[in-house]
Amino acid sequence: MSKPKVGFYWCASCGGCEEAVVDLAEAILDVVNAVDIVFWPVALDFKRSDLENMKDGEMAVCFVNGAIRTSEQEEMAELLRSKSQLLVAFGSCSQLGGIPGMANFFTRESILAKVYNDAPTVVNSEGTRPQEETTVAEGILPLPAFAPTVRTLDQTVEVDYYLPGCPPPVKLIAGAVTAILESKLPPKGSILAPNVALCDECPRKETKPDKLLVKEFKRPHQIQIDPQKCLLDQGLLCMGPATRSGCEAACIGGNMPCTGCLGPTDDIIDYGGKALSAMASILDSNDEQEIARLLNQIADPAGTFYRYCLPASLLHRSILPAKNGGVKV
Amino acid sequence: MFDTHDPETRKTFEPRIVAFFCNWCTYTAADLAGTSRMTYEPNVRVVRLMCSGRLDPQFVLHAFRQGCDGVLIGGCHSGDCHYQEGNHKAFRRYTLLKRLLTQMGIEEERLRLEWISASEGDKVRSVINEMCEQLRRLGPLRLERRPELRHTSVNQPDRVTVEVGGGSQ
Repeated sequence: MSKPKVGFYWCASCGGCEEAVVDLAEAILDVVNAVDIVFWPVALDFKRSDLENMKDGEMAVCFVNGAIRTSEQEEMAELLRSKSQLLVAFGSCSQLGGIPGMANFFTRESILAKVYNDAPTVVNSEGTRPQEETTVAEGILPLPAFAPTVRTLDQTVEVDYYLPGCPPPVKLIAGAVTAILESKLPPKGSILAPNVALCDECPRKETKPDKLLVKEFKRPHQIQIDPQKCLLDQGLLCMGPATRSGCEAACIGGNMPCTGCLGPTDDIIDYGGKALSAMASILDSNDEQEIARLLNQIADPAGTFYRYCLPASLLHRSILPAKNGGVKV
Repeated sequence: MFDTHDPETRKTFEPRIVAFFCNWCTYTAADLAGTSRMTYEPNVRVVRLMCSGRLDPQFVLHAFRQGCDGVLIGGCHSGDCHYQEGNHKAFRRYTLLKRLLTQMGIEEERLRLEWISASEGDKVRSVINEMCEQLRRLGPLRLERRPELRHTSVNQPDRVTVEVGGGSQ
């Protein structure tokens, strides 16, 4: 019996997800024994033509990380979809938009202006900007177009499963691979991680008071963090109550609050709205002016609550200038 | 769709408001406005909640995504909450949500919270009329389109099997 063929690909992402695959350590040898890796451009020499030459559905499963921003990423996502029986959105960026998804707070033009003109380290006296084609001796070559908005993988092509996390925890990856090899996958569309909030598996769960109330919100650099006590109880914005578990509270183990990379549990329709609700509710004040003052200690609500999931959120992105009565951003 | 810059659109545009009213005060006040035969703008769709503290910020975001131009929240005055402090919780969420919406480019007039007791039918009328007028001036809320989700429906057979070496024979 031939081994199932597997592919990995990245779109708008940092490479951390590829690193997570390598973090399987010795277990990766079992994976390599069980499957044939037929496409993994980051680690091995594969070209787009290798993919194009495959038959439809030739790959049993393809893991795609990264959000979708350029026309090339969109084309690759479509190509990978047609060549794979199962397409798995791997990591926060492909599942929810991730860190690159925060570009949806800005317009395409303001990003290009910042990166190619205004950044203090940029010298670009000719005002060169990325082009969508370039002329060489052999003729005109097309280049990827930079879309106005970041999309998730499932806003681009049909996705069968999701592996959440930034990057997905090794245990979840190993579990997913085993489930695929043993044909023990849950119904399609499932997120391959537990459907409970992180607080449930938090080692500091016992120190969380029955009625959680905080007098002030603090940022990690402002206090000496008690390594035993519930981080919310210390006034830190820990996203545990709104975030899916599965990471074994890795950040909390490092004495840092959860930032929400595993995204929402199944019952949440908008992660940012739910996280905001959880954080605002624990503020111990009933005075309207004091509430406003204390909530101002949360410096950047949208960036904090939509850190990994802006493109997947209900609002999807900030409103573009001139749409609402011509507000200039 | 509407073009906010077009003066003709501005003339014909009627805002859609979703109002979340607390059962014990503002909803009763709206009832009072009705039985007192007060007339107010018909642009509001009232959703009754048991308490303004039941208002999940997701409801507001969902209402905006579904096409409403403004959201009004009505709750009990401070100290009057039937559940003691649900209205204070609502205020905390509302305050933070408003900042988040502003960051997203949504004008702050589109989300409004008012404390209206069961006897203040007239306040229901004046708040709705006033908000309606503000939204008429502001024009329609034009969110960016959110791409359709393309994930496989969860209503699939329980077992999913992969054809090993599929397609290569």
